[in-house]
Amino acid sequence: FRLSSLIGHISTCPSLIGQCCQRHPGSVDEFQEELVIRPLHSGDIYASFQFRTLWDTDFLQEGQKVSHYRLFPKSLGQVLSKFSVRELHISFTQGFWRTMQWGQPFIPSPPGAELWVWFHDTVSDVDGNWKELTNVLSGIFCASLNFIDLTNTVQPSASFKPLGLGNATDHRFLRYATLPREIVCTENLTPWKKLLPCGSKAGLAVLLKSEKLFHSSFHSQAVHIRPVCQDEQCTSKAWELRQTLNVVFDLYTAGQGKKAFRSSIYLNCGKTGELFELSPATPLLSQAVVLGDRRTYSVFDLTRAETFGQLRSLNLLLRWKGDGGEMLRPLLHAERYVAGFGLQTGEIHTVIYNNHPYRAFPVLLMDSVPWYLQLYIHTLTVTSKSRDNKPSYIHYQPAKDRHRPHLLEMLIQLPPHSMTEVTVQFERALLKWTEYTPDPNHGFYVGSSVVSALVPSMVAMSTNFTQDQPLFSSFVPVKEESSYFVRVYTEPLLVNLPTPDFSMPYNVICLTCTVVAVGYGSFYNLLTRTFQVDEPSLPLAKRLANLIRRIRGVPLLT
Amino acid sequence: MELREFINFPGLTFPGLKITLLKPDIFFKQWYSWYSKIHSSHLESPLEVFHNHVYRLGIPDSHIVLMLADDMACNYRNPKPATVFSHKNMELNVYGDDVEVDYRGYEVTVENFLRVLTGRLPPSTPRSKRLLSDDRSNILIYLTGHGGNGFLKFQDSEEISNMELADAFEQMWQKRRYNELLFIIDTCQGASMYERFYSPNLMALASSQVGEDSLSHQPDLGIGVHLMDKYTFYLLEFLEEVHPASQANMNDLFKVCPQSQCVSTPGHRTDLFQRDPGSVLITDFFGSVRKVEITKDTINLTSPVEPPIKRSGSSDIQIESLTYVDQLPVAEIIHQKPKQKDWHPPDGFILGLWTLILLVFFQTYGIKHLKHIF
Repeated sequence: FRLSSLIGHISTCPSLIGQCCQRHPGSVDEFQEELVIRPLHSGDIYASFQFRTLWDTDFLQEGQKVSHYRLFPKSLGQVLSKFSVRELHISFTQGFWRTMQWGQPFIPSPPGAELWVWFHDTVSDVDGNWKELTNVLSGIFCASLNFIDLTNTVQPSASFKPLGLGNATDHRFLRYATLPREIVCTENLTPWKKLLPCGSKAGLAVLLKSEKLFHSSFHSQAVHIRPVCQDEQCTSKAWELRQTLNVVFDLYTAGQGKKAFRSSIYLNCGKTGELFELSPATPLLSQAVVLGDRRTYSVFDLTRAETFGQLRSLNLLLRWKGDGGEMLRPLLHAERYVAGFGLQTGEIHTVIYNNHPYRAFPVLLMDSVPWYLQLYIHTLTVTSKSRDNKPSYIHYQPAKDRHRPHLLEMLIQLPPHSMTEVTVQFERALLKWTEYTPDPNHGFYVGSSVVSALVPSMVAMSTNFTQDQPLFSSFVPVKEESSYFVRVYTEPLLVNLPTPDFSMPYNVICLTCTVVAVGYGSFYNLLTRTFQVDEPSLPLAKRLANLIRRIRGVPLLT
Repeated sequence: MELREFINFPGLTFPGLKITLLKPDIFFKQWYSWYSKIHSSHLESPLEVFHNHVYRLGIPDSHIVLMLADDMACNYRNPKPATVFSHKNMELNVYGDDVEVDYRGYEVTVENFLRVLTGRLPPSTPRSKRLLSDDRSNILIYLTGHGGNGFLKFQDSEEISNMELADAFEQMWQKRRYNELLFIIDTCQGASMYERFYSPNLMALASSQVGEDSLSHQPDLGIGVHLMDKYTFYLLEFLEEVHPASQANMNDLFKVCPQSQCVSTPGHRTDLFQRDPGSVLITDFFGSVRKVEITKDTINLTSPVEPPIKRSGSSDIQIESLTYVDQLPVAEIIHQKPKQKDWHPPDGFILGLWTLILLVFFQTYGIKHLKHIF
């Protein structure tokens, strides 16, 4: 029996801040924000913030330079037009999403930083644009994205199709890179919050306090920019900027909420009353189908005064009633680990689970392995239910030392209720001594594998696009009713490369110099030294006595 | 190791309202090593407290270049993530809510530090990572970490020597990148780092003399490392008294942390500085004062930008609706043709091999016998 609560206060907003997030009449900006709170079966709380700015303009139109920005952040707008970007997806994650315990996230992301960009057809030098784009983004987000270069960038040939509008998908204009080692901290959250129209001063963003957000099991913040349909007929494009923040909390959280335009909190109830009690109860209940799962959500619309009641504050209290019912088992799940021993060879195992009782479906597995793990593709095996499973499509691009990583993409058909294992052997390379990081014994990271799949849905999905759809269900475009698209990321790997002892050059120099000095010095002395017999010098008294004896002609003293 | 720079910018004027920015300063710092492998750990947060002082005294974040070599706040070993406290009473979270770190983790290298100082950065480097100073800027550099006689450690794998630093400052002087520079260093034998300076208008402060060690102040038993160094602690205590209009001068700064408090003897160097240290205000380097002049005249603002006219022409052309791309087009993927690789001219190796084969062939058979062979 666990108790958890979220408390929100409203103070009377000064008129300046209140107007900030409103829709401008006649203008073409629109802002919408949403918070979905879902209690998870493991006792954690999954909070997903989504902030969406929709802007009807064309950055790439010739002759008309966009210079007037209202809600859309200027820094990103300039980046989009300068580098002719069609779609941009960047995410910073701390922690790993535990699919088996928590279910599927609304917006998946791998640990570390991930950036994938679709450039426009008109770009002639995609690599140059990519390099400059990563540098500019590293300045905007205070992250080390400048470490993204050709050695960790890949060009997937079938994964990562654009999530926005468009028809031409020439994969030459796609670039994907991931930095598994990237840390996420307050300095990344600060510029992210600054991209919101009101910053962190109004709306749901007021709840985003770094001490609370980073004290969590999972924290992921992302920015997704893509062209979308402006209206239901879909005759023209609009740019959508979606900023998402997914956090999984383990404990008591507290926050403040202020008024904002079109701001709502969705609370996932499951079967109300069975799992937990919600107070204050709200009459607004809506159903939404997300990720093949129809759930009931309690909706708190923060723009309406009735939500706040008499005390002008919104207190949400969730009280768990003992152990909940069964969690819906995720249909697709993937794991990855390194097998083998020693510092010379190893084996990468990727295991994909299909938990559907009777349906088989294809998955696209994309693996990007750095060049210093030299893969032996002739040892690649794909087995399902202890039988060989031949992929229907394989794309492999071998690595080039210090230039390009390995890229392996396979379309595998997963039999129902099975476990598929993909193994490939590799050998570890010895790097040049300047290429080691300052802490090489920590190990080197290998980015997560990406498993993209169209999972058959138990519930019919809606393919209609409506303006009133909640944000969390409209991220991935739905093309057919019977399946939904899902992307699962595996764990990143940490492998140890053979590490030299960095103090050895100093030791070798000392030892060599000593040996040379002692050996050569002695030899030289032996060869060049001459010996002469030397008469010992007599004391003074005897010397004077000898003088007198010489005069006398008598034998001398010795 | 921490590095701080403050830079003064020349005055900027805005149309309509006269605002003269006198001394916006750039603050540049770098923070090193929580868990150094050799020595006992020093968790140094003067960076953040300086951050607060600098903010308080008027320097904006765009004028601060912050270099942190290790992630302390969000490290998994930190029992309170996203927080760094300067005092074990945990009263002040110096990591704050709006900190912006420009160089972090592996980016903090000697090369990057010197490139930032001298301005020799690749053209795609963003503005927040550059030191955009000119000949009227005052710069404050604050360094802390582990060091020795004539060097300062970076990331436990490389060092910067006092000669390199002196040369970098000379390059800055030649390129007119600073007006006056204050250099504060808090490491063991810190005075050795400023011995070799030879450029004008440099003032330096160190926490200990050559042959002495700088000591750390208080441990936090919850984390297991020390929070701050003694010199920095007393320096910050001194700065608490400084406010934007303060008249405290450099001579007061030199008296901070005498041997009775610090155990080590702080040192300073002013011979290269042209002005008398007694006449140099602390706020010349640590703070920034903006002068605002309010004008009572009416100003005509230009008319607002017209919102872009909707392209009515295109809707006639694009009658068919746009669609989203299929996320996993299985049939298309299976029948995808392999990418045509661009033709490259043969590699040098291939050319050499073929040349060798041809040469051997002609040597063996000779040209005139060719017609008999074919």
